[in-house]
Amino acid sequence: MRGRQPATSLPEFDRLIHERVRLGIISALAVNDTLTFNDLKRLLKTTDGNLSVHARKLEDAGYIICTKSFEGRLPKTEFRLAAAGRHALERYLAHMEALILAMRAG
Amino acid sequence: MATRIPTGDASSRPAEPAHEAVPPSLQAHALDNLRFIRETMAQAGSFTAVSGWGQIVVGAVALLTAFVASRAPAAETQVRYWLAAAGVSMVVAACAMALKARATRTPLLSGPGRKFASCFAPPLVAGAILTIVLYRAALFDLLPAVWLLLFGTAVMTGGAFSVRAVPVMGLCFMALGVAAFAGPPSLGNLLLAAGFGVVHVAFGIIIAVKYGG
Repeated sequence: MRGRQPATSLPEFDRLIHERVRLGIISALAVNDTLTFNDLKRLLKTTDGNLSVHARKLEDAGYIICTKSFEGRLPKTEFRLAAAGRHALERYLAHMEALILAMRAG
Repeated sequence: MATRIPTGDASSRPAEPAHEAVPPSLQAHALDNLRFIRETMAQAGSFTAVSGWGQIVVGAVALLTAFVASRAPAAETQVRYWLAAAGVSMVVAACAMALKARATRTPLLSGPGRKFASCFAPPLVAGAILTIVLYRAALFDLLPAVWLLLFGTAVMTGGAFSVRAVPVMGLCFMALGVAAFAGPPSLGNLLLAAGFGVVHVAFGIIIAVKYGG
């Protein structure tokens, strides 16, 4: 039976950033120092509610840092990638690469 | 710290080797995820394929042209020198951008790259058309101002999708264009040297040092 459970010795998936919106948030922040809530919403083509929920999960995990401020009278939410988030993305990329190479080796 | 995205090539080395057979659907999913990450980064990142070293060479060409043109007897001859320099500079800048993009493994015509090109080109085309019109009308004195102003506009609009130094450089060109319109025609060659020469070299150094070549 062990032979039919192929991916068991592959590194564990990081389920937190495997989800598309969360993966998008982490990827976008990896190439920008900061992005505002509206930047991310436009980039990922998602709704306020959806982005809020996913950003909160990443923030709770310590993967991103959220800063709230006011620009004039308008609230402004900015996100930046925490070290833990960058490490998580690097682990995730390594995992994807390992999966692809395992397939080619097989 | 840069995050390296695997290319999926057989030559790339995994962080942790995995020898078990992986279902094809998983591989397709992994490739799809990598593609998504790369596209998101390309769309979110600033276009940094503008080559600082290329700008420095372009600036040097302009300074040399200004020196040669300053010794030309007629305004029309000066304009011809500058047009020749523009042709050389475009080739230099394009080659330098392509080399930098290849060195940084950034697709030159990725999302931001396409935006840069689509915003950079229209003011340049307008400048080319105005050049033909003014040249035929023998209005050579107006050309430096038109070139500086429209090139600055192209750099500013294209630079909206680039690193901060690029739109600031565009603003400098525009300011020099306004100065060329306001000043006497005799300053034209000097202002072209200041813009296409000094500004290119100065911002080329900034881009080369701060943005990787």
